[in-house]
Parts: sequence; C-alpha cells; structure tokens
Amino acid sequence: MAMKINMGEFHERVEKGIHNTFMRGAVAGAQERLRTRRLEAAEELGNWEEWRALGEEIRQHTLENLDYYLMQLSENVKKRGGHVFFAQTAEEANDYICRVVASKQAKKIVKSKSMVTEEIHMNAALEKLGCEVIETDLGEYILQVDDHDPPSHIVAPALHKNKEQIRDVFQEKLAYTKTEKPEELALHARHMLRHEYMTADVGITGCNFAIAESGSITLVTNEGNADLVTALPKTQITVMGMERIVPTFEEMEVLVSLLTRSAVGQKLTSYITVLTGPRDKGEVDGPEEFHLVIVDNGRSDILGTEFQPVLQCIRCAACVNVCPVYRHIGGHSYGSIYSGPIGAVLSPLLGGYDDYKELPYASTLCAACTEACPVKIPLHELLLKHRQTIVEREGKAPISEKLAMKAFGLGAASSLLYKLGSKVAPTAVHPFTVNDRISKGPGPLKAWTDIREFPAPEKERFRDWLKQRGNE
Amino acid sequence: MMEAFLQRIASRLGRDVRTSVERPQWKHAPQQTVFQGYSEDELLDVLKNQCTRIHTTLVETNSAELYDTVEHVIHAHGGGPIIIANDERYEQFGLSSFLKREDVYVWDATRGRDNIEAAERANIGITWSDITLAESGTVVLLNNQNQGRTISFLPTTYVALIPKSTIVPRMTQAARLIREKMARGERVPSCINFITGPSNSADIEMNLVVGVHGPVKATYIVITDR
Repeated sequence: MAMKINMGEFHERVEKGIHNTFMRGAVAGAQERLRTRRLEAAEELGNWEEWRALGEEIRQHTLENLDYYLMQLSENVKKRGGHVFFAQTAEEANDYICRVVASKQAKKIVKSKSMVTEEIHMNAALEKLGCEVIETDLGEYILQVDDHDPPSHIVAPALHKNKEQIRDVFQEKLAYTKTEKPEELALHARHMLRHEYMTADVGITGCNFAIAESGSITLVTNEGNADLVTALPKTQITVMGMERIVPTFEEMEVLVSLLTRSAVGQKLTSYITVLTGPRDKGEVDGPEEFHLVIVDNGRSDILGTEFQPVLQCIRCAACVNVCPVYRHIGGHSYGSIYSGPIGAVLSPLLGGYDDYKELPYASTLCAACTEACPVKIPLHELLLKHRQTIVEREGKAPISEKLAMKAFGLGAASSLLYKLGSKVAPTAVHPFTVNDRISKGPGPLKAWTDIREFPAPEKERFRDWLKQRGNE
Repeated sequence: MMEAFLQRIASRLGRDVRTSVERPQWKHAPQQTVFQGYSEDELLDVLKNQCTRIHTTLVETNSAELYDTVEHVIHAHGGGPIIIANDERYEQFGLSSFLKREDVYVWDATRGRDNIEAAERANIGITWSDITLAESGTVVLLNNQNQGRTISFLPTTYVALIPKSTIVPRMTQAARLIREKMARGERVPSCINFITGPSNSADIEMNLVVGVHGPVKATYIVITDR
C-alpha cells in the first residue's frame, strides 16, 4: 500500500517515536494549542452539539445516497466542460492522471496539499513519467525538500520538525542563507514557489468537499497555495476520495464551518475557494482544462459494514489532537499517512490487517476522539470492533499481547500457579526494582516499562495481608 | 466505467442505483440563528471585532470621502503599482477618476496573460466584496472575466471595498444567495473566493506566519452609507 510509510515494524517505530524528545514536546504543545482553540471556537457558538448533530446528519445522508450524488456531480461537472474519471483503484487513478499529463507534454506540476494523492502514491507515478512534482503547502514543501520525509499529522504535516532542522534542510537544498526564524523561512519558500506557480504546466489539488448540485469543488487553505495552483497552470486535475461530497452549497457551508473550527479553531480559514469547471469563456486566469478524478481505492468495501461511519470523516484531525497515545508516539509510529485515532480506524480498512493489525491497539479507548469528532464518528467503538475482528475472525491478535495473555491465563487459571507466581514475583523482578518502581522490566514487562514505570509487586501479597489482618 | 463504479456502491448499500433523491429537511439548523435579527450596524460591529483577530485593518468611510480613504490606504501600504477589476462599482461610487490613474492597471480580458503579469508586478490588488460575512470577517468574490482570480492573490497587499449593505451574518446567507441565483438559472461563477484576511501558515513549529503564498497584508474599506 502506498498509504504505508516504510519505517520498520510497529514496535520499532514506537520505540523511535517515544525517544524523540523534540517531536514529543512539539506534539504535546501542538495538541494543547489546537485542542484549546477548537474548544474556544465551539464554545463561542454556544450550541456545538447541535452543529455536530447536523454535521452527522448531512454526512450520513450523503453516504446513504452516495451513488446518486456522485452521478449528479459528474453530470454537472460535464455540463460545465469538465472531464470526470471514476477510478476503482489507485492504479486506475494514477494511469488516468499520467495520461492527461503526458498528453499535455507537461514537465512541471504544482500541487496543493491532498491526502488522497498521498494515499495513491501519485507523485511517484508522475515522477516516473519524468515530471517534476512540486508540493506548495509550506509543511508539505518542507517535507519534500527534506528527501520526502513522510507527514506526521493530517493538518500540520511537518509537526515533527523544529525550525533549526528546517533551516538546515533549506541551507543544504535551497541555498538558503538566513536564520531559523519562521518568517524568514516562509518568505524563502514564498519566493521559491512563486516562480514555480508561474511556470508550471499542470496544477493538481485534492478536494475538501465536492458540491453535487453545482458540479463544484471546494478547497480550504490558509496559505492561498491552492488558489495559485488552480489559477495559473493551463490544466487542472483534482483528485477526490469518493466520499468527499455534499448535496448543495448549503451543506458545504455547514461542513466547512465544522472543519475549520475543529481543525484549527478558525471560524473560516483565510481562503475557501469554490471552483466550477474550467475557466469560463473570456476569462484569463484559471485552467483551460479541468479533470476530476473520483477515487474508490477500498472505500466501497467499507460501505454497508459496521465501519461505514468512518467515511463521514472530513479530515479535520480533531481526534488526533486529543489522543493521548498519538501524543506519546507521534504520527510516524502509525506507519500510515493517516495517523491518530482516525488513522487507526481507517488504515486497517484501506491497507489491510496484515500491515496495520497493531493500530487498533494503539488506543486507550478513552473516547476523547469520539467526543472531539465534529461529525460524531464513534471512533473508539470502531477501534474496539477492529480488535474483535482481528481476534475473532482473523485470529491475529498482535503476538506480544497474545503471549502475555496466554501466560496470564495459564497463571491465573490455576490457583496453585497463581499462588506461586505472585509469591515469587517480588524476587523475580527484584534486580529491576528501584524505589519500588520498575523502569527497565524484563521479558513481557519490557513493552510496558519502555514508556512508563511499573509498580514493583508488593513484598507482602494481598491474600497474605488479608489473612494476617483477619487473625489480628 | 461510471455505471460499474456506482453499481458497486449501490450493491454495497444493499439496493439498486438511485436516480433521484429528495434533499431532506435537516432536523437541526443551528446555522440559521447566528446573529439572527442583527441590524446592519450590529453586523458591522461583529465584522470590526472579527478583523482584530484575522490580522486585517478595517477602515470606515462614506461615499463622499471614499476617494481620499482609498488614496490614504494605498499610501499606507507603500503605493502602486495597483491592479483592480474592471468593475462598474467604481463609477457608481464616484471613483471613475481612479480608473485613469497612472499607477492603476485595470483588468482587461482582451489582453490575455498581460493581466497576470501585471498582477504579479502589483504591490496592491483591490476588489469589491459581493457578499461580506460578519462572523468570520470574510469577503466573497464572484469572479468573472472582468475580475481575474489573481488580482486577489498575486499582489503583496490585498484591499477589499465593502459597501455596508453587503454585510450578512455568516456563510449561511451567502450559500443561500448563490443557490437562489442558480434557481433563477444564473450560471455559478467558475471561481468564488471566500477571503478572510491575508494568507498565513502555522506549519513551522505552530508559529503563525502572516503572508505565505498569497497577500502578506490585508485592509478592508467599509463604505458605511451604501
């Protein structure tokens, strides 16, 4: 799967994450800030729960009638002179995009941030064709310049990097000579990218919400990069996951309000842009040709199952910003471009349990994600369903847990073994105990003590203490 | 291709492909009550307050003083070159002489790509707000061949001219207005911008940087008697 980030096994990734002190500090700080801003934005409205209920209602209705709305969208895009391609798989999507790009003999492509193009690994396909693909979202640009470092957060992809690292990368790759001040770094990116927009042959975007009734696509940014990507090149290609659609402008408006408040605590981001077809006759800027690529890539397999609510997602990352597990292990640990609770639900569905069986366990089931979700996806319940599926149907509980449970089961089932076990425990772990805490545990304890201390077993067992007390 | 794609969705949902769907009456409508019943003045206050939170200067003026105010704002932002849309409102608001200034380039569709080069060279881009959203501090632009998209994106500074009568509570009213136009058979513009202050990014250590790909600065000029 192209959604996959190749960074070793799950426990290796987690190991790396929890020892990355800067990343953990940055993630904790970002979570605090984004969570607070979201809560303030919600509080300002006063009736946030009603907004969430409306968001859920709209998303559920749209999914239940997805075939109809996609057909309506497609007809209306065509009426306005656009081209529509339905891609069942990532390969079909990439083939079509490559065909369009090749027919334009395009060499340079500018791109605004899009998760679905990451998911289908579109850049690699275009690069293979000999094209230069330039990311224009500042965070994505930084990652691309740094030898394609993967994103670690859905909304803030370069969250794991500090400004000194970014300065060093810019110095090495972009002949940058100034300091690590974010203003100076951003200004440099502005200058570098301005030239690219003006000279690119094709612009590629994702799609926050397509509008069925008008055949439009909606793009949400703060930087204005999507606007330049769609205003300057002669050809525009927009790639959307098939569920990213609403019936009319009025539902788009509600979901954009939910998205910007939940993602960054803004009432609206700086730029919300609604594009319909290519440029009209007589217009000078905007594309001459517009292609909309609608991607399934495993999404239809989720429809009609108990996991269907995950398709309500509007990619705001509010769940990521409240997750205590994400806070400690960071985005790369998930091994998928979709991280945090939404990633833990979605990645196994799109990428399969073989690669992502650990993710549903990377959760405390505290339900903070469910509570934060603006469209009321029951994320923690879906994580639990994943665990049930993995254990019951697939017979694939992650091996460490399986072993530990087996050992515990064996020990706890026999009163003799349990007695023995609890009696020898203090002696067995004695060499690892400092001040009644174990911080570097042996065997099965290691996975736990890698990230936190474990209380050492009491020297006196509960059953002995109770017996003793009864005698007093 | 499309048929198979949609067929698959329908069968996953356990039914035949649907060829008509009634848009439901939603059970909840919290968006309709935001700033309900506010007067124009009250909405202007909401807009003013919001501008302090989106790094945008708001200047109030009236039609008599409009020319001087625009002049003043241009000066404050370091002067021209300036690019503007070919918009009849300049005339309606008594600004026709503005169109003839030497430092002003008026968008002219017949000149093709020259327009974009002019926008790229410009220090200031000015457009009229068609609908203004008080809650978020947003100007809505229904672009057309006389108002290129790049006027509002390529120059360093963005200036919006806002007649007070264009102010509505929030995006809800704009969405409804656009749907009403559609229902009357009007063509949806190829590009509708909802612009809220200057461009910005928090991608580097969550530090807010104002001015990334689009304008670095933004000023709204509200014309209070129109």
